[in-house]
Amino acid sequence: MITAAEVWTALASVVDPELDEPLTDLGFVRSVDVTGADVEVHLRLPTSFCSPNFAYLMASDAHDAVSAIPGAGRVTVELDDHHDSDLINRGLAAGAGYRGTFGHEAEDSLDELRATFRRKAHTAAMERAITALSPTGGVYELTLADLPASAATTEALLRRRKALGLSLDPGAPVLTNEDGSRPAPGEADMRLRRARSVRISVEGNAHFCRGLLATRYPDVSHGRRALLPLEVLS
Amino acid sequence: MYRKDGEEYFIVDAHIALWDARPENQRNIHGKQFIDCFYDYHRNLSPASELWPYEDYLYYGGDRLMKDLFEDGYVDHAIFQPAHLGEFYRRGFGQTEEAWELTRKHPDRLTYNHCYDPRNGEAGLDQLRADAERFGLQGVKLYTAEWHGESRGYKLTDHWSYRYLELCRELGIRNIHVHKGPTIRPLDRDAFDVADVDHVASDFTDLNFIVEHCGLPRLEDFCWIATQEPNVHAGLAVAMPFIHTRPRYFAQIIGELHYWLGEDRILFSSDYALWTPRWLVERFVDFQIPDDMTEYAPLTTVQKKKILGLNAASLYGLTVPAAGQQPLAVA
Repeated sequence: MITAAEVWTALASVVDPELDEPLTDLGFVRSVDVTGADVEVHLRLPTSFCSPNFAYLMASDAHDAVSAIPGAGRVTVELDDHHDSDLINRGLAAGAGYRGTFGHEAEDSLDELRATFRRKAHTAAMERAITALSPTGGVYELTLADLPASAATTEALLRRRKALGLSLDPGAPVLTNEDGSRPAPGEADMRLRRARSVRISVEGNAHFCRGLLATRYPDVSHGRRALLPLEVLS
Repeated sequence: MYRKDGEEYFIVDAHIALWDARPENQRNIHGKQFIDCFYDYHRNLSPASELWPYEDYLYYGGDRLMKDLFEDGYVDHAIFQPAHLGEFYRRGFGQTEEAWELTRKHPDRLTYNHCYDPRNGEAGLDQLRADAERFGLQGVKLYTAEWHGESRGYKLTDHWSYRYLELCRELGIRNIHVHKGPTIRPLDRDAFDVADVDHVASDFTDLNFIVEHCGLPRLEDFCWIATQEPNVHAGLAVAMPFIHTRPRYFAQIIGELHYWLGEDRILFSSDYALWTPRWLVERFVDFQIPDDMTEYAPLTTVQKKKILGLNAASLYGLTVPAAGQQPLAVA
């Protein structure tokens, strides 16, 4: 026996790679049904044209997360109302994997895609942490020890560093390049400025997707957190 | 010309369409999904007063287009940027003959850009030659995520794409508008990925590459390549309506573009009929970067004039009346 609450908790660990937010917060989980040990989850996305590689990645991550609940029986995850719903749902049911599901269209594995967005998520978190601190001195010299320990921006940055395998040592520099290396001192300001573009882009996309989802599904309070009207978010 | 507070603005709507998405033209379910997705964008980002009924949105025709743009919308000149989408629509999505007829009737008002698909090989090169002559093409619209048989997209760096760009150069087609932004099914051939623009912009420095939708949702990638390639421009299609629903996000988009590209390479468009130009022009002229966004300089009237029309007028050699021109020097 498992409970719906356990399933929601498991699904909360799955993030949209581009938006870097949990599916449950985004309202992407349409329904959760538990019958004994068997679980059926329905997902939905803001448009029928959302990128299928992202759609597949989230659906398969959701499948993995729910299957990992102790005592879980048969787990079914279905993506509703997507132009590739049938293809993705068949692939998930058969455990076919991304390449098995999309065949010749899938030129690359999803690993690279996932890695790209982990790096972007880290870059955005790094910019938020530095901007929240509004450092008076140079950003090049900042170390993790300079960041306020309990701040949400610091915690988010540490999580992202851990996911990328970057150092969590208090003396480690906060500002890094995409690949984790340290920029030259003269390039530090430009690096922070580019990181700001990344953060702005990620945040804007999250707002946009939320808005589209709410337009497509007016009942969107199915998610854990009710979505705010557009005007409130702006 | 739009007039406000003693200023005159020459308006060029650099991305418009005359589409037909009615059920009888839909080839399959994807045709319906595509226009429904457009309509969701329209519903989601328009002010309530500007919403169209779904039936009007499927097909609106030339008379309505002329009224929405030139009678009601303050537009002085508009440029067709058609998408073919032959896998979704029987007679294509953009209506070539109707748009061309309208352009011939109003040559001072309209410019017709056509589209090509490098996956059509040699035959497509011949067609491009014929189209360039027939339409007097100055520009083309490319949709790299378009379906084509088994293919679900191409890159500007593909061999055949180079052949087409070389022909553009030969035929004097200087403005290459590339759709890089939301909507159609991308998969691996990522519809937002602007890396291929970077390569061709370096190899064809005599062509202008206008990235429609400025690479949204990957604005940062777009800005970075545009700083390095002076012949890359930002088209504001789809970015504009955020001015209503998300004014702060819009301020960030404009602020970022201005910071990285400067004021001479940003082009206004309504993306008609996704949205109508009237309210976008009014809002943009009134728009200002919020005071607390100190990282961005405020937008000046001269910058707004450039974005709303003068930049596109320069790319297309349009004649701007004296009143709409920017002062040559400000002491």
